[in-house]
Amino acid sequence: MAQHQVNYASTAGLPIALTSVDKLVNWGRSNSLWPLTYGLACCAIEMMASGASRYDFDRMGTIFRASPRQADVMILAGTLTKKHAEFARRLYDQMSEPKWVISMGSCANTGGMFNTYSIVQGVDRIVPVDIYLPGCAPRPETLQYALMMLQKKIRRESADMKKNQKQNLRLI
Amino acid sequence: MRQYRPKDNVQKKAYHTDRFYQVPTQPRFEVQEGSHFDDVVKALGDLCKEAYVSLNQLVVYIDATTNKETLTLLRDECAYAQCSELSAIDYLAQDGEFEIFYQLLNLSNASRMRVKCRIKPEQAIESVVDVYKSANFAEREMYDMFGIYVNNHPYLKRILMPEDWQGHPLLKTYPLQGDEFASWYEVDKIFGKEYRDIIGPENRDPARIDRYDTKRFSRVGYEVPFGADISEGEKPNPIEYSETVLVDYNKSSKQLDEKR
Repeated sequence: MAQHQVNYASTAGLPIALTSVDKLVNWGRSNSLWPLTYGLACCAIEMMASGASRYDFDRMGTIFRASPRQADVMILAGTLTKKHAEFARRLYDQMSEPKWVISMGSCANTGGMFNTYSIVQGVDRIVPVDIYLPGCAPRPETLQYALMMLQKKIRRESADMKKNQKQNLRLI
Repeated sequence: MRQYRPKDNVQKKAYHTDRFYQVPTQPRFEVQEGSHFDDVVKALGDLCKEAYVSLNQLVVYIDATTNKETLTLLRDECAYAQCSELSAIDYLAQDGEFEIFYQLLNLSNASRMRVKCRIKPEQAIESVVDVYKSANFAEREMYDMFGIYVNNHPYLKRILMPEDWQGHPLLKTYPLQGDEFASWYEVDKIFGKEYRDIIGPENRDPARIDRYDTKRFSRVGYEVPFGADISEGEKPNPIEYSETVLVDYNKSSKQLDEKR
């Protein structure tokens, strides 16, 4: 992280690392992304597999939290019905800033094969989505890759969330 | 002139239909003398308007007002102890009627039968929850999907759709992709009607991607500000990997040694 090291003599050889606040904050944010334990349909099974020991999300600092108050990431894993949309949005609103959303699978992205009256045609109609994950259902590797892409995205953001322009500005 | 489309059946039709296609039908047989089904029909007596056997199952037509009486009799006298399914069929376009069916199972001699009756859309049917407990949720679903009211039901409320939903989705007059209320339901509920313009109509073609739409898409490594015009092409915006800002500890310790 450190790019410059200065004046060791005056600090008695203590290791000093200089960095910008953005990099330090984003380092912390991106390496402890805590998703919400929230599954909607069959994609949630893959999400659980990603969290379990074989694929092991924990090694990336990603630990599922059972409360939206403690979570940073909302993984919308599966088909979102119109009846449930209200509650999904309420959980999103209960999460504290900064927060990110991963839309997992075809159904969450676009409604998928459920081109019917009762399914939300893409969760980006109700929450601002950061990463769209293709697949039906996506493999755990895909979810891990999405999480790594989200980490990269966060590392490029500003520590001040107000400066970050979200993709779906209309939904915030 | 616009092409006429029938309003009483707006369900999706196949693009191509075979001119010589014959709808497969199951043969219907008379109720055989002396069989178990014959006993059932005799026990029903005047309640039974029409009876035949199809796929080894007895089908009985009754009057809609006698449904509870018939089912009580079938349960008590003929040992049809289980009602496995109950629902309705929309024949409003052809006959102006709903057909309600009760699928029954006799566990003692492994036979099934179906009781059918017809009601007009403005009529209500009597609840059979007192006869079969399993009818409770099924009748609620029938009310939810077809809008058929059930008299004396203990808790007649929508079971699948939200309580404030408008319309009954299994009616043939209900479009598969929903009416206007359905298409804006989640937006109206969460954000309010004034958000309809901001969010826009549903995209029912999930394969559609607008290459130059920077409000909904961004290319990884070519991100531009929200809503920017990219018809001229975008500048590459390379990804900063965390590795590029890591410290080379070997080098820095060497520098330290040199200083010492």
